[in-house]
Amino acid sequence: MNFKLKDIVPQLITVTAVVLVFGFFTYNAQINMENRGIDFGYGFLSQESSFDVQFSLIEYDGSHSYFRAYLVGLLNTILVSVIGIIIATILGVIVGVARLSPNYLINKFAAFYVEFFRNIPLLLQIFFWYFAALRALPLPQDAEAIFSVFFLTIKGLYIPAFIWQNFSVFFYSVVAAIIAIIFIRIHARRVQENQGKQIPVFLISIGLIFILPLLSFLIGGVRLSFEIPVLKQLATTSFVYEGGVSLPPELIALTLSLSLYTATFIAECVRAGIEGVNKGQKEAAASIGLTPNQVLKLVIMPQALRIIIPPTTNQYLNLTKNSSLAAAIAYPDLVLVFAGTALMQTGKAIEIVSITMFTYLSLSISISILMNWYNKRIAIQEK
Amino acid sequence: MNKINFLKPEKSNLFTFLYLGSFLFFISVIDVFLNSFFRINLTSFLPNLISFLLPLIIGFIGLYFIRIEFSGIKKLDLINKHINTNNFNAILSLLIIFIIIKSIPPILSWFVVDASFAGDSKDVCSGTGACWTYIKVWMRRFMYGMYPNAEQWRINLSFIALALLGSVGYFATDKFKKYLTLYYVVIYPFIAFLFIFFFISGGPVFFDFSYGIIAAILSIIVGFFIPSKFKFYYFLIVPFALYILLKYFLFFEEYIELGKLEGLNWVETGAWGGLSLTFIISFFCLIFCFPIGMAFALGRRSGFPLIRYISIGFIEFWRGVPLITVLFMSAVMFPMFLPADFFIDKLVRCIIAISLFEAAYVAEVIRGGLQALPRGQYEAAKSLGMGYWKMHIFVILPQALKLVIPGIANTFLALVKDTPLIFVVGLLEIVGMLNLAKTNPEWLGFAMEGYVFAAIIFWIICYAMSKYSYNLEQKYKTDR
Repeated sequence: MNFKLKDIVPQLITVTAVVLVFGFFTYNAQINMENRGIDFGYGFLSQESSFDVQFSLIEYDGSHSYFRAYLVGLLNTILVSVIGIIIATILGVIVGVARLSPNYLINKFAAFYVEFFRNIPLLLQIFFWYFAALRALPLPQDAEAIFSVFFLTIKGLYIPAFIWQNFSVFFYSVVAAIIAIIFIRIHARRVQENQGKQIPVFLISIGLIFILPLLSFLIGGVRLSFEIPVLKQLATTSFVYEGGVSLPPELIALTLSLSLYTATFIAECVRAGIEGVNKGQKEAAASIGLTPNQVLKLVIMPQALRIIIPPTTNQYLNLTKNSSLAAAIAYPDLVLVFAGTALMQTGKAIEIVSITMFTYLSLSISISILMNWYNKRIAIQEK
Repeated sequence: MNKINFLKPEKSNLFTFLYLGSFLFFISVIDVFLNSFFRINLTSFLPNLISFLLPLIIGFIGLYFIRIEFSGIKKLDLINKHINTNNFNAILSLLIIFIIIKSIPPILSWFVVDASFAGDSKDVCSGTGACWTYIKVWMRRFMYGMYPNAEQWRINLSFIALALLGSVGYFATDKFKKYLTLYYVVIYPFIAFLFIFFFISGGPVFFDFSYGIIAAILSIIVGFFIPSKFKFYYFLIVPFALYILLKYFLFFEEYIELGKLEGLNWVETGAWGGLSLTFIISFFCLIFCFPIGMAFALGRRSGFPLIRYISIGFIEFWRGVPLITVLFMSAVMFPMFLPADFFIDKLVRCIIAISLFEAAYVAEVIRGGLQALPRGQYEAAKSLGMGYWKMHIFVILPQALKLVIPGIANTFLALVKDTPLIFVVGLLEIVGMLNLAKTNPEWLGFAMEGYVFAAIIFWIICYAMSKYSYNLEQKYKTDR
């Protein structure tokens, strides 16, 4: 080993400074907690929470533990993020492609959308949808049905619930269809490599994914019925819908604003990705006789995706993190339920804030690891 | 006259198709126009659905007829090329034209025609349009928060002075151009700080100022005797330590009271708010996050493993958590980490939190620029005998920063857009004030106007920033 003073000193100073700062903080924290009579520990997680949450995916009421309250918040956060990511991706890809359209009007329309939504703070958009736009919706008793099954009211969106019989059979049929498609794809590739024949994989896949579940209805005894929400009068002026699934206005406002906002960034990523593929690639592919579809599928997309995916991953992460703004409109996400209500009740600031931060940290790190893996896979395939 | 095949428009019957097509197209546009502006439905005798879709169908047929390649008429070719290349595009173009026509009357009537501007009470707002009176009445609150009305000239004066001082760069002659960087990086932030701390808050600036000067002079004198290897670390730590020592340990708080200027009332930061607070926070975070971010970007690419790991940890931590939890931490967790009698103002805590948060993003952007530079630049600088700092300051950073102007601008934009989040700690900038005003019992039901107003302001700020960054990018673009 070759120890040099020049190498050691700066590192030592930095580390000492970091350790000193942390030590100072911990020391103070200990003294402060002793003075206030708070003891440090995560034991409170198993205590009874005794507060209620408006909207939860799992069964929860005040008699459950703080840990379950944490789970409720986490699931709500994930729900918003997943819906937001799906909508934002679809919208973003459409707008990004529209930005490249030769059609002047479509192009400008997409540009207008991007410039408009990108330059307004997300929080303001959430407030706008929640406090201004969705408040203008009709009361439950005045709501008009959309396609006679959806009801959009000031109290939220009511959609029919699916009621399944023998759901597992249906589920397995979908799984079987997916597995079959994967096998057919592998087989088709092998055939193409060995014999040069092409099998219409796409048509077969579509057929399979429809036919197998359909068979499960005909043979497997799967039944599907809808439970349509019905207006019910509670008192003379108070109405609610019963039955079906109700999506609270907070959820709608949040997903709407998150996806509209993030879609602008995804659109820019998509545009940059497609523009980033060299024009010569397209022309070369066309000149060796590939059809326009094949050019897109085999030449443009694989190269464009390599440019698109890393920044888009960042946008997904941003969306997940931005979903914490839910606290501003009282959507019971992780921040509101746990870092808000639970913190108020227990007063365990350090524990709760650290758990919350750690949760977001692990969420974003896991998404970025997943996306890095996918990215790597694509990058290798290209060689 | 040739035989006309209506299914296949040709050049031989150009004018027939042109007249017919444009006639149909204009009929469809006029139908939608009358429908939306004057509520006249020309086709009301038809069933609902057909009457709804008719303009689309007619317009589509019209566009189909005028889609003739190489017609020789310039304008027609231009239209065909831009909005009418194929059936799909024609329908989309029509839809967009119709949506624009349809959306103009309601927007116009809400914004201008039916809106109320006059008066200063809620009674004038009975129409269906927007109530801009509400904005007018609350304007001071939206701009200055709870800052006392009588003192608001201080904010105005400071901002005007800072804007004037900030525009010095445009008027500088060549002789002074080389000092501009120094001016903008060191002197201008310092002046801004003085203005905001001294003038807007009415704080005890004199003593603070003098402590700072004493600390600086002392540390510079001692600095001459420090070996140059450690000078950087010395100047990083000692002046601040001295300042804190002087301010909080050697001197007493009573003297600070003496430092207040006669006649300026102290306005606590809790009363600050509105758009001016947005500017103050954005400004300070912008100033602070840049050097911190740069330091961590260099740290992440440093050859010292310990420094590198600390930098990576810092960057990944802040990038992994949402800003709202960081602000939560600054509000509820941070006071626990400080000595019991040590109080840091809410606004200052906020600025620290946002600066650290954005610094991580700035660090990643700058790292991208550092990585994009060819190795030759590093090697050339080293071969000239430059040390680490000289190499980075004179060769690497100027080039790397040039490369990352768009990224940095995006981060700064994100910073400005993140300022409304400070509602978490109870500071109310413009969006927070809107939420407060909206719940005022005298002015219920005007949420829409408020949000539209704030949205317009933010949009203008952010759009101007992004355009400016684009100009900068073009200005500093160097071909390699």
